[in-house]
Amino acid sequence: MKLADTFQFAFGSLRGSPTRTLLMMLAMSIGVAAVVVLTALGEGARRYVVNQFSTLGTNLVIVLPGRTETAGIGPGLMSGQTPRDITLDDAQALLRSRAIKRIAPLTVGSAALSRGALNREVVVLGSTSDLLEVRHMSIGIGKFLPAGDINDGLSVCVLGNQMKQELFGNEQAVGQWVRLGDRRFRVIGVLASQGESMGMRTDELVIIPVASAHQLFNTSSLFRILVEAKSRDYIEQAKHDAEEIMVQRHSGERDVTVITQDAVLATFDRILTTLTMAVGGIAAISLAVAGVLIMNVMLIAVAQRVKEIGLLKALGAPGKQIRMLFFAEAALLSTAGSVAGLVLGYAGSMIIGQIYPTLPVSPPWWAVLAACFTALGTGILFSVWPARRAAKLDPVAALAGR
Amino acid sequence: MIELQNVCRIFTVGDQQVTALRDINLRLDAGEYISIMGPSGSGKSTMLNMLGLLDRPTSGTYLLDGGNVTDLNDEQQARVRREKIGFVFQSFHLVPRLTAAQNVELPMILAGIPAEERKARVQVLMQNYGLSDRADHKPDQLSGGQRQRVAIARATVMNPTVLLADEPTGNLDRTTGWEVLKLLEGLLEQGITLVVVTHDAEIGARAQRRIHMLDGRIVSDEQRTK
Ligand SMILES: Nc1ncnc2c1ncn2[C@@H]1O[C@H](COP(=O)(O)OP(=O)(O)OP(=O)(O)O)[C@@H](O)[C@H]1O
Ligand SMILES: [Mg+2]
Repeated sequence: MKLADTFQFAFGSLRGSPTRTLLMMLAMSIGVAAVVVLTALGEGARRYVVNQFSTLGTNLVIVLPGRTETAGIGPGLMSGQTPRDITLDDAQALLRSRAIKRIAPLTVGSAALSRGALNREVVVLGSTSDLLEVRHMSIGIGKFLPAGDINDGLSVCVLGNQMKQELFGNEQAVGQWVRLGDRRFRVIGVLASQGESMGMRTDELVIIPVASAHQLFNTSSLFRILVEAKSRDYIEQAKHDAEEIMVQRHSGERDVTVITQDAVLATFDRILTTLTMAVGGIAAISLAVAGVLIMNVMLIAVAQRVKEIGLLKALGAPGKQIRMLFFAEAALLSTAGSVAGLVLGYAGSMIIGQIYPTLPVSPPWWAVLAACFTALGTGILFSVWPARRAAKLDPVAALAGR
Repeated sequence: MIELQNVCRIFTVGDQQVTALRDINLRLDAGEYISIMGPSGSGKSTMLNMLGLLDRPTSGTYLLDGGNVTDLNDEQQARVRREKIGFVFQSFHLVPRLTAAQNVELPMILAGIPAEERKARVQVLMQNYGLSDRADHKPDQLSGGQRQRVAIARATVMNPTVLLADEPTGNLDRTTGWEVLKLLEGLLEQGITLVVVTHDAEIGARAQRRIHMLDGRIVSDEQRTK
């Protein structure tokens, strides 16, 4: 019997009992769809995090006060003793490295922002003009902080988009004065709306020169220094240089932590990829369940088609051929189920994408491939037993319907 | 052509043993017309299944064209069935989801014959058996006689050397039964060996060679003298 004829015959028997066929296809397709949707979600989460990191800036190296052995997130929090502060001079010294393109020192605090009767508590970011480039921010109206002496405590500020809306509504903001704590600042620019990025809402920020922030919060220490390496290839060099310069300036003591964004990103990437695979694996179990269902339904099919099998044998089909017919049925079913599942899965992913537009849901190719192969594999694997049972039927008994 | 030597067939049901064939010795020659008669349970169907390689003897030998067939494996036996043996059953055994033409085509599909040749051969055969206008009908849209004609077309489409018919007229009324029998007898002209199992003495008497069975034994084997 030719392969094409085998498949055509199998197709005929599948069409001969549409309810049974649809049921098995449904089970198969739900399994495949589950894998597709769940891995799409996992992959979406991974991409979301990666995107968030890249909005932070590219080729970023971050210098934080304090030291932890594990280069993870939140360094400085674990160590018991208070580390030495990082100062503005430390920050400027970093520019000595050839690998470092620019730096943006950061001081963070909160203060009361007011204009006339309007008053609210805001997060204040002290930095320099380079922050705009380093953090990939963009200015909406007016100008960002002016370049110039880092120690100049100018009374100017840049408002986040939402801050501007709250204080000025649709009025012109640039050129107006606001009060921050006990000091008056002139608004020189408004940031373009950016939404959330790594948990910090730039829309709700107020940015002032770092020297002014130090005066406002009465401190001389930096929250961290953002360092941008010359290019991707210089990241490690920049990290090394930053460490060395800080050690030098802190009289030989390693009391800062320097992390690269890449390292953090890689960690997240690894965690989320593993998670996606785990979730996909769990979903694949539903495929195995579908496989068991196929086996059961096929066994019933063998019982229902005993006479036909007996006839085929009488007409000269060897056991091998009967087995092939059942395998072909399973293969057709699994393929159809997979295709239906893919359609369902992609549709589901798209719907989720519509509901959560921030999440870039899209099933990873490896998961799609794995789902299809698992479907095909389980389909055929679980048809082995029914097929063998059919092949072993005694033709005389089968013809008699026994 | 076919020779059974000391063939026994014993069925084991639970711990009981039922002997369906006892020490059968039989020789069939090419082109013979043989009827097998006997009371119910005498082993006629078992004998026919044995001749058609659907069943294996518990002991004894089956020789086909001088070769021992009992030693062949499943695939080789299937090939012999495919190429040399045709079956016609009392209850037709057509595949209900296939059309008349597709049922006739089935043995050729199993044999791996190309589609164009299959179509051509089916068409010729359907015409010969007066089934042309019923080619696309499903079995449940056909009368009993038409069904049996389709079954005979299917049994002969591979040009077998032996045609085994187990009560081919058993489910048909007299007139239709006779028509079907005429059709089968027509095949003798093409040199086929025809074996018909029947309860009908009138039908059985038409064969040149009449075998009577009783309790798993051949009790008489008469050759009509010409
Ligand atoms: N699969 C089987 N298992 C057990 N016993 C069987 C089996 N097939 C046939 N027999 C027994 O073998 C004997 C012969 O059966 P067989 O079907 O050959 O009779 P038969 O002559 O064709 O009868 P009928 O005219 O009713 O068709 C019977 O006693 C029957 O009960
Ligand atoms: Mg019988």
